[in-house]
Amino acid sequence: MTTRESEERPSPALRAEALEQLLTERKLIDPKVVDSMITEYETNVGPLNGAKVVAKAWTDPQYRRRLLEDGTAAIKELGFSGPQGEHIVVVENTATTHHVVVCTLCSCYPWPVLGLPPSWYKDPAYRSRVVKEPRTVLAEMGLDLPEDVQITVHDSTSEVRWLVLPERPPGTEHLSEERLVPLVTRDTMVGVAKVEAP
Amino acid sequence: MTAPLDPDGPAAPPRTNGELIFAEPWESRAFGLVVTLFEAGAFAWPQFQAALIARIAAWEKRPGRDAAYSYYDHWLGALEDVLVHQGTLSMDEVTARARTLARRPRGHDHTTHIHPE
Repeated sequence: MTTRESEERPSPALRAEALEQLLTERKLIDPKVVDSMITEYETNVGPLNGAKVVAKAWTDPQYRRRLLEDGTAAIKELGFSGPQGEHIVVVENTATTHHVVVCTLCSCYPWPVLGLPPSWYKDPAYRSRVVKEPRTVLAEMGLDLPEDVQITVHDSTSEVRWLVLPERPPGTEHLSEERLVPLVTRDTMVGVAKVEAP
Repeated sequence: MTAPLDPDGPAAPPRTNGELIFAEPWESRAFGLVVTLFEAGAFAWPQFQAALIARIAAWEKRPGRDAAYSYYDHWLGALEDVLVHQGTLSMDEVTARARTLARRPRGHDHTTHIHPE
């Protein structure tokens, strides 16, 4: 390449590092806090929170009712809320109705309960196609729904974050709330997968 | 598109059901900078969100997109836009520092944080 250095935009890796240095020098951030923040979002603010919400709703009918009436308040009961979790609306998947969530604008996502969005959720292909052909997209992701199941696609925004309450799989009636938690995956709470019995 | 999750085995529990979220270390740094600044009250979330939406929309409208889609590239650009708009720093400053970093000798990146001089 003969492009002069001054005309090239530095790589994002270098720009990220430059930004971190400049912000650190101005005492606007502490790199150690950045470290712990990344860890916090990667591990603690993860889908485990959402799985606890789902398992409680499966085993406590009154909690399930509250969750479907006011997701934000019911989720807060368990101690989960955050900058992006103020307005969470929960929709319930059943044998005849299936809900799936997308953010067509960017990547709005209920972080406090589901952690960071997966890369496919941010992919332009998923964002545009799931609205137009949800049944096909879900099948490609491994979820074949019968023709008589009605599919509803919910578009998350900064005002409303959708969370799917997946269907409790048959054969798990004897399991306790604690035993149900590990069965609930992130993808089932976005609506692109079903919870499987162990 | 992701592969369907394993119904059992190590991939099943929620703690491990996530795929790799950050493709490269800088993406996690870019993420960390934004949440750290946000939690410190440096900007309101809608400000950053609007900048991110604008960056992504601009990329999608660009004819003959040359580079592959990089979500965190837009994320980083949105952070720059917010900080420049606030007058916290200038784009030229960031570019100049990035060029200084680019001139480091090979092998510099065996540690994550190196501050010049």
